[in-house]
Amino acid sequence: MSFYRILVLILIFASPYLFGQELSGNIAIEGRLFPESPLSDEQHGSSLSLSMKPELYYDWDGGYQSILFVPFFRLDQYDEDRTHFDIRELFWTYSSNDWELKTGIGQIFWGVTESQHLVDIINQTDFVESIDGEKKLGQPMVNFALIQDWGTLDLFILPGFRERTFQGRKGRLRFPFLIDKDNPVYQTEAEYKHIDFASRYSHTIGSIDFGVSYFYGTSREPRFSFNFEAPQNPKIIPIYDIIHQAGLDLQYTSEEGWLWKLESIVRRSRAKQFFSVTGGFEYTFYNISETGLDIGLLAEYLFDDRDQNYFSPNPFNNHIFAGTRLAFNDVQSTDLLAGALVNYRTGSTFITVEGSRRIGESFKLILEVRAFTNIPADDFFYGFRKDGHIKLDLEWYF
Amino acid sequence: MKVINLRLKTVLFISLFFIVITTTQAQTPEEKGLQIAVEADKRDTGFGDSQAELKMVLRNKNGQESTRSIRNRTLEVEGDGDKSLVIFDEPRDVKGTAFLSFTHNEGPDDQWLYLPALKRVKRISSNNKSGPFMGSEFAFEDIASQEVEKYTYKYLMEEIYDDMDCVVIERYPVDPKSGYSKQIVWYDKDEYRQHKIDSYDRKGSLLKTLTSSGYKSYKGKFWRQSEMKMVNHITGKSTDLKFSNYKFGNGLSDRDFDKNSLKRAR
Repeated sequence: MSFYRILVLILIFASPYLFGQELSGNIAIEGRLFPESPLSDEQHGSSLSLSMKPELYYDWDGGYQSILFVPFFRLDQYDEDRTHFDIRELFWTYSSNDWELKTGIGQIFWGVTESQHLVDIINQTDFVESIDGEKKLGQPMVNFALIQDWGTLDLFILPGFRERTFQGRKGRLRFPFLIDKDNPVYQTEAEYKHIDFASRYSHTIGSIDFGVSYFYGTSREPRFSFNFEAPQNPKIIPIYDIIHQAGLDLQYTSEEGWLWKLESIVRRSRAKQFFSVTGGFEYTFYNISETGLDIGLLAEYLFDDRDQNYFSPNPFNNHIFAGTRLAFNDVQSTDLLAGALVNYRTGSTFITVEGSRRIGESFKLILEVRAFTNIPADDFFYGFRKDGHIKLDLEWYF
Repeated sequence: MKVINLRLKTVLFISLFFIVITTTQAQTPEEKGLQIAVEADKRDTGFGDSQAELKMVLRNKNGQESTRSIRNRTLEVEGDGDKSLVIFDEPRDVKGTAFLSFTHNEGPDDQWLYLPALKRVKRISSNNKSGPFMGSEFAFEDIASQEVEKYTYKYLMEEIYDDMDCVVIERYPVDPKSGYSKQIVWYDKDEYRQHKIDSYDRKGSLLKTLTSSGYKSYKGKFWRQSEMKMVNHITGKSTDLKFSNYKFGNGLSDRDFDKNSLKRAR
């Protein structure tokens, strides 16, 4: 670990010389307000946080070779587990005419749906950053991509596993019992050193874009258990099993402008298996009454038949997502996405609003609202029921 | 024998008559308009690939300005519309965003957008023709590749515009999703370069005027403007688009215009 830290420090200080070609990124200040009293006295009603994400890029060989370095750092006012550092990306790319090789720490996204990202599995979720699973930790990888007329074949060797981040004792959006993140349980003796493998074949045929993927390795989603040995100090133990997962992501873009989206996975672990699917559509009315305003309508259905005794709990098993996306297409690029995920059996609802607007040429204001309503005691979000919040981010881009 | 001979002569004569008529007098304004569009397209055929840097200055009616920097790469596709890749550099919060478009002569175009924050390539609907591009006065259809088949045409007149002998045609977008009912286009007679386009909204009133200036020729025959200016007559807003560092013959291929290239476009 100390070697790792020294390497990072060297990289940061040497980077202006190494990567003189291009430096960009952002620094942000974040404020969060939780209107409801927390479940624990140690938690707070509001918090401030600072984050920094510089990007250093250098290319040569006519752009066919490049190095990208993206460190990330967050400082949180109260939650010591939310204060964290990560290398989001640090990789060397070599691209040839019909293949590409990426070596280092990278971020890979797979998928098409909006309400959740089932198929996306390469990177671990940085859960302290956002509970929507869209912020990811850097993953060590060697990625070889074969790019041919018949499609793209991606092969991944993933040496080393990243544990999911969880909010600490003083943080909001945590479970009632703390997660013992220092003592995770692995299925294999190799623990976090297990080498995982993944592959994906993707192609575009006319109006259809699709990907078929396979993953073998440590589950990014942990399963949870209690430390029954120490009942005076109850903690949740994350358990990382070895899984096999096949995934399909598909989008059909119709001539009339409908985007039909489908994601599905089958996951197998410890002789148990489950199936999960998310599917729906997005349709946008463009430039309404010549005002430049676009209004998009989204609806998705989420199904999951996992046995939560054997797999990590998935909060979305019988849910409908309905949402709208507004893009004002003004000089400030104002946009807003609002949606609700409703369990149609219990009525439990997770509401999310995300909006952003540029201020001047290099600032951006981001608004995020999350609310939990009608949450029954057996719901995954029960521990979050008091953690509805408003978040404002002011980002400065350089 | 004689009868046949006579008939043959008559047929020949009539045919000849019609050929003469159609080539000289009876060309309809529609045919002549199409002919001009085809000629302009022909003069730009064979450029292969090109790339350029673009600076956009958005101006509201009070004169307040906002700027954008983008780069554009285009690949000529034989027998179909061009492929293009637009890379966003400024404003800095959208840096790394990239837009890939396959224009088709017929049917909807294929478009993808790369969102760097999520590392996500998203196939998007190409139905957005009339909406603003990056908040500017340029609509998506104004910056798209102008294929001959995307319009029907009508010749209007010849006119001196900006000291140049010009032909003026009207064109009507085939796509019902276009924001325009018609456009009037001024071409100079020497090189068939577009100098001015008046665009009329769906209700038939003059919406925008685009003027192009500072034409330079590349590879000896491909003319490109160094500045475009779009004025919206209804809102009073305008956008200037300045082109620099035009490069032709970069050896670009289909590989530089696919979903993988979107992700590494910087």
